[in-house]
Amino acid sequence: MKKLIFTVNSNVKIAKDVYKMVLAGDCEDIRCGQFVNIQIDGLYLRRPISVCEVEGEELTLIYKVVGKGTEAMSRMLSGTELDVLTGLGNGYDLTKSGEKPLLIGGGVGVPPMYELCKQLIREGKEVSVILGFNKAEEIFYKDEFEKLGAKVFVATVDGSVGTKGFVTDVMKTMDDYTYVYTCGPEPMLKAVYNESKTSGQFSFEERMGCGFGACMGCSCKTKYGNKRICKEGPVLTKEEIIW
Amino acid sequence: MVNTKVTLSGLTLDNPIIPASGTFGFGYEFAEIYDINILGSFSFKGTTLEPRFGNPTPRIAETPFGMINAVGLQNPGIDKVISEELPKMRKVFHKPVVANISGFCVEEYVKCCEKIDKEDCVGIIEINISCPNVHGGGMALGTDPEMAAEITRAVKAVTTKPVYIKLTPNVTSIVPIAKAVEAAGADGISLCNTFLGMRIDPKTKKPVIANKMGGFSGPAIFPMALRMVYQVYEAVNIPIIGIGGVATAEDVIEMMLAGATAVQVGAQNLVDPYACKKIIEELPAVMEKYGIKDLNDIIGGAH
Repeated sequence: MKKLIFTVNSNVKIAKDVYKMVLAGDCEDIRCGQFVNIQIDGLYLRRPISVCEVEGEELTLIYKVVGKGTEAMSRMLSGTELDVLTGLGNGYDLTKSGEKPLLIGGGVGVPPMYELCKQLIREGKEVSVILGFNKAEEIFYKDEFEKLGAKVFVATVDGSVGTKGFVTDVMKTMDDYTYVYTCGPEPMLKAVYNESKTSGQFSFEERMGCGFGACMGCSCKTKYGNKRICKEGPVLTKEEIIW
Repeated sequence: MVNTKVTLSGLTLDNPIIPASGTFGFGYEFAEIYDINILGSFSFKGTTLEPRFGNPTPRIAETPFGMINAVGLQNPGIDKVISEELPKMRKVFHKPVVANISGFCVEEYVKCCEKIDKEDCVGIIEINISCPNVHGGGMALGTDPEMAAEITRAVKAVTTKPVYIKLTPNVTSIVPIAKAVEAAGADGISLCNTFLGMRIDPKTKKPVIANKMGGFSGPAIFPMALRMVYQVYEAVNIPIIGIGGVATAEDVIEMMLAGATAVQVGAQNLVDPYACKKIIEELPAVMEKYGIKDLNDIIGGAH
């Protein structure tokens, strides 16, 4: 963990209620699948946001406005300085991916898939990505994943784009993936868990106090004992999850 | 040079800053980012006789200038704390520590204290009779002066270490309970634990926290905690550790003026992992600003 000051380089709306914020600062210790915890003026607790991309000195976060914290973030102008805790959580283990990893993101579970996809493609893996949204106006980053060289599938609940239904409706048509990486709302994670034919890593969300393991606010039970979502998570392996 | 050393029941601390139980674990997370031996001491995670997972999640809610938690005393149990956590803790913290002990009946407190009494690294035993997040124990034991006194007597009988009783603020009058534990032999009082509170999410129309209610802490409760320290200081002759919403070196001065000999910092550790370090570093300059040469001179100075 590091406590650092980042500067907002840009902060733009990219879909309904969804914003992309690019921050400049020391990104040295930030890994894919981790999160950062941001202090926001006037609010007591920090806001944990997953890492979407790290490139040199630039950190990209994609967040959905769901409450006071993310609403305040959406109004931040370029040049704003933020107090950020970085290097939080375990992140994804890329060594397990096999040759044809399948990445599945739902809603604001999509962003952590991006850095992961980039790194897996750099390693020469053949990456497929399923992106799940409710409707067309919520879709973001489809083109960005394609530009990385991934095979991209979209599922929308209302059928306005791609497969009508859930990410698991796309999964059902696939059988040659070697591993699953996923992030999204818990019902989606559970459906992916049940549908997946291989092992995988699942990224969870929980309300947090500190975000660095001190308060025990986000504990969960696993087959390997109690874990803190913020410290031993947010990524759990398929084998250890208890639903 | 100013003097920041204070003494709690014969134990001299380099400064009065003690991270509060449940906000500092066993110190490891903080030892990763700074040398925690600069602390006066720290109060480790509330420990019970048996291992506990605690309450279901969500366990955390935000409030203006504070937070609510309902962790529910998650801990590995006293035996594992002694065999696994304390040896690890001693590698990163070399001063006497405050052992925070919780329970559900007198016998549990006694058994835990018998075990922890043998640990050299424990300087003070802090008896938590004030946890608002467990049923059938915790806070229920700390709202009745007679029960609070009974636990104090029972624990004192099995340990030679100083015993501090951590009281709940969720009572009509704090003074009779403070007097009762003093009369029962308590060496000091930790004041206070969290205030019972709750939040409701207008979107779901349900309580935010799974346990519905939880302990309210953070700067929002500072004036109430300060008031209780002030009231109890007038009623007892044993040292008080002031706890509740302390976030700055100025808050430390205020708590001590109200009557605290030392101060615990809780919620602030969670939003700023360097909070205690910052307070310790700022304390000498703040003392000079107010013309304070020795912290011992200001204990209860507001009376």
